[in-house]
Amino acid sequence: MKKEGKWFGFFITFGVMCLFWIVLSGLLTAFHLIAGGICSALVAFLSHDLLVEGKSDKTLLKFWRLLCYIPWELWQIVLANIDVACRVLHPKMPIDPCVFEFETSLRGDWALTTLANSITLTPGTITINVEPERGKFQVHAIAKESADALLVDQTMQRKVAHIFMES
Amino acid sequence: MLLVNIIVALLLAGGVFFLLVGSIGLLRLPDFYTRLHATGKCDTLGGGLIIFGLLFYHLFHYSHHPLVPVRLLFLIFFIFIANPAATHAIMKAAYRTGVKPWTSGEERR
Repeated sequence: MKKEGKWFGFFITFGVMCLFWIVLSGLLTAFHLIAGGICSALVAFLSHDLLVEGKSDKTLLKFWRLLCYIPWELWQIVLANIDVACRVLHPKMPIDPCVFEFETSLRGDWALTTLANSITLTPGTITINVEPERGKFQVHAIAKESADALLVDQTMQRKVAHIFMES
Repeated sequence: MLLVNIIVALLLAGGVFFLLVGSIGLLRLPDFYTRLHATGKCDTLGGGLIIFGLLFYHLFHYSHHPLVPVRLLFLIFFIFIANPAATHAIMKAAYRTGVKPWTSGEERR
C-alpha cells in the first residue's frame, strides 16, 4: 500500500511538471518534449513527496475541494482589500491592532499552509506564527472586528478542515 | 472590442488603485505590522488585477497565441501563493526579533 502510494505521488507530480513544461515552452518538437520528460522525471523523483504526501487515498477529492474553495477565497481577498483601502483612506484611520492566538484541530502540512495563507489574505489579519504540533496559530489583526471573524465565526477553519477532512 | 477594452481598462484601473492604496497605507499607518497589512494585501490583489487585465487583452487581441494567457495565469497563481508567504515570513522575523506591535493611543513610529 505504501509503495503504491509512492508511485501515485510520483506520477501525479510527473504529470503536473510535464504539463507545466509544455505550457511554458510551447514547442512541440521531439527534442523539447524529451528534454521536458527527463527534467520532469528528475524533479518528480526528487520531490514528489512535497507535492503529494504519499497517502494516495482521497488525494484527488481533496484537490477538487481545494479548487472549489478558491472562488470563495478570491472573494474574501477582494473584501480584504476594500477593507484595508477604507481604513487607509479614512481620515481618522480606524485601526486598533492586537495580537491573539487560537488553536485548531488541523495537523497536515497542506491544511496548515492553506489556512495560514488564507488568514494572511483575508480581511485584517496576518499569520505571525504556526506551531504544527498543536495546530496553534498566532495572528496579528488590524482591528477587533477582523479578529472576531477568526475567533467567533471560524468559517475559514471549518472550510479548510472540510477540504482536508481533518475536522 | 470596445467592450473588451473597457473591461481591460477597468481591471488595470482597479489594480493601480489598490497598488496606490498600498503605498498610501505604507506611508500613513503607524507601525511595522500595520504597514505590512497594507502592502501584503493590496499588492497581491493589485498585481493580480493588472496581470488579469493584460491576460484579458491578450486573449482577445492576440488570440493566435493561446499559451501566453495560460502563462500569465500561472504568474497570478504564483503571486497569490508567494505574496502571503513572504508577508508571513517578514512578520514572523519581526515578531521574533522583538518589534513591539503598536496599540491604539500610542505615538506613531
